[in-house]
Amino acid sequence: MVAKIVAPPALSQPGSGHVLGPVTRRAALLGAMGGVGSLALAGRSAQAQASKPAEIKVGIATFLSGPSSVFGVPGRQAAEMLFDELNEAGGIGGVKVRPIFVDEGPGVDHFVGEYRRLVQSENVNLIFAGISSADCLACAPLSDEMKRPTLLWDCGTQRIFEDGKYEYAFRTQANATPEVLSALLYLLRAKPDFRSIAVVNQDYAWGRDSWDIFRTGLQALKPGVRVAAELFPRFGATDFSTEITRLLALRPDVVLSTTWGGDLDAFIRQSFDRKLFERSTFVLPLAESSLERVGKSLPAGHIIGARGDHWFLHPSPRDPALLARFTENYRKRFNTYPIYSTHHMAQAVFAMKAAYEKAIAAKGGAWPTDAELAAAFKGLEFPSLTGSVRIREDGQGLEDQLIGTTLHTDKYPFAVMTDMVVFPAASVTAPVGQKSLDWLKTLKPDMVQALPQPVAYKP
Amino acid sequence: MGDWLSQNGLLLGLATLDGLSYAAAVFMVAVGLNLVFGVLRILNIAHGSLYAIGGYAAASLSLFLSSRGLPEWLSLPALVVAAALVGVLLGPVIERLLLRRVEGQEPVLQLLVTFALFMVLEDLQKLVWGVQPVVSDTPVRLLGNVEIPFGADTIPFTAYQLFVLPGIALLTLVGLAWFLRRTLAGRMIVAVTEDREAARAMGIDAAKVTLLTFTAGAALAALGGALASPVASLVPGVGAQTIVLSFAVVATAGLGRVEGAAVTALLIGLGRAFAVYFEPELEVVVPYIIMVLVLLIRPQGLFGTPETRRI
Repeated sequence: MVAKIVAPPALSQPGSGHVLGPVTRRAALLGAMGGVGSLALAGRSAQAQASKPAEIKVGIATFLSGPSSVFGVPGRQAAEMLFDELNEAGGIGGVKVRPIFVDEGPGVDHFVGEYRRLVQSENVNLIFAGISSADCLACAPLSDEMKRPTLLWDCGTQRIFEDGKYEYAFRTQANATPEVLSALLYLLRAKPDFRSIAVVNQDYAWGRDSWDIFRTGLQALKPGVRVAAELFPRFGATDFSTEITRLLALRPDVVLSTTWGGDLDAFIRQSFDRKLFERSTFVLPLAESSLERVGKSLPAGHIIGARGDHWFLHPSPRDPALLARFTENYRKRFNTYPIYSTHHMAQAVFAMKAAYEKAIAAKGGAWPTDAELAAAFKGLEFPSLTGSVRIREDGQGLEDQLIGTTLHTDKYPFAVMTDMVVFPAASVTAPVGQKSLDWLKTLKPDMVQALPQPVAYKP
Repeated sequence: MGDWLSQNGLLLGLATLDGLSYAAAVFMVAVGLNLVFGVLRILNIAHGSLYAIGGYAAASLSLFLSSRGLPEWLSLPALVVAAALVGVLLGPVIERLLLRRVEGQEPVLQLLVTFALFMVLEDLQKLVWGVQPVVSDTPVRLLGNVEIPFGADTIPFTAYQLFVLPGIALLTLVGLAWFLRRTLAGRMIVAVTEDREAARAMGIDAAKVTLLTFTAGAALAALGGALASPVASLVPGVGAQTIVLSFAVVATAGLGRVEGAAVTALLIGLGRAFAVYFEPELEVVVPYIIMVLVLLIRPQGLFGTPETRRI
């Protein structure tokens, strides 16, 4: 079951969520006491939640400040909209839901304190965390320690469930491996004869890790491709002119960039101004989130992705009316098209609802404990805005991947996707118990021949 | 060495062009901070916010002009007008209401006050411009490209990058040097920079000089942001990233030295460009390697002078 999407109120309702400020003295104290206090509190909480609560409180960690707020704020907006709609439809099991937002901006240490405060002081029933992979790596063990169901709603690192086992942490979307591998597979079919590649990624964990995944897959699927340049400008860079000159001189067949946000916008615009798009084919696995902003600066004929199978013009959504309603409601309320982080937030909300309903049904209508709720997430299949997601036994979500080629039409003032391929999640995700980089080394070149057929854009 | 040069000579040429352009941008970011520190002796952390607000204001003004169907060339003077407006509107308010109250106080208090201001201005930016990247690249498109020969090939550079940025940086440097050395107001600033008490004893209104200097510094920070706005995407946090690089330049140059800021910016710009071409892994750390090397040899900075500690 999915939350019924109804027309939202015209304005954001005060009190539907609030942003909590910097660490308070109480939060710091509670954080310091957390290791001892959490066990006692967890026991109290488990008993308390056996009865139906007055409301379901959900702590939501997202970036409300800093460069990552380009994803974090749309994520919060989607949460506000969907929580409102959920409550208007009667809540979950007749219980209203209330989000409590915290900012990931100040960094992982701050976030850990906030996580403990959400559990111990706010006594939230669930936590959605977060965008930063570092925050997810930090909170997955915390979720088990504090026995609080935690949905990793947007972070990308594949290491969480490959390096650890958790009972209370679950990811409601894919991870970096399928997101990057699907772009590579698409490239190999769309442009099989390319001989050289250059990478321009942000100089931090995502930029480095995503290149490791791409390069490892490339070596297995098409050995012998020359890596012309590996460039890692600083995170938050605004000037890519030197990198672009270097690429113009090198003339690689393909330019890969997993860059995102303002950095990606600047890179696209500057590459367009200097005609780099005319010399190399770009592969931009996160460019869906920049399409509306960069407009015509992203020319036709380049490969883009969306960190999942979500896009407002998805070629074959499972429930077209649901996707259309979400897109329309979001546009009406926030005056922009929804981007992938809004889809990821929707998946967390839908997963929460589906898990509660599953756990309540399993208990014959009684309210589940935290442990029972956590158990319900294992093997859970829930709808997304475009398809469905299944949470594996290791906690990792299986989410299809959509990759396409840019195309300009008269209907939109920005590029859309054509020749879209929806990669089935299981075919591009490392199996349970295997590490991504080891699994990627086992891939065979004939994998490319077995890809689904591309679907053209339909006006 | 000769072989290496013959093989990489063309690349060195391209790297030099990139380096000069980047140096111009770095200089524009740092020179205002350097000037303000020279006179106020306050490391203004909110300098990064003024840079960001200058950028946002310039992009907004340019977008407004476009939306009204006005000639595109107006987007070029709009960069300077937006920066001047930000400097004139925010500079005096900040100096009068905040910085003057902490003049002569403990440096840590001054830092905290400017840091608090930085936080307030960051939120103000999000309130006004939101969190989605903002850009207006009309000036870049308007001026077009210049094809630079590269063997049998050509490499397109934007005229904005090749001429406008370095040109304005050079004008700023020469203009500031002339102003500080050849005008009465400039000499008063230099006097206050060198010895505030002696300048006061000579009848110079130090408070007025401070106000003037901070306003100019704020306008220069805003101009740095405005000049970056046609190429960069402005996002929350851009001010914080700017201030780190600015501090590196100011520390390397010698606090309060305008020419030092220019030379340091040139070192950083060229160093970074050469790194991208020949050792990309060093790109991010080049400014800080240069800073460490300079400070190891000259703790007072490239153009700073050792000071006797005053009791």
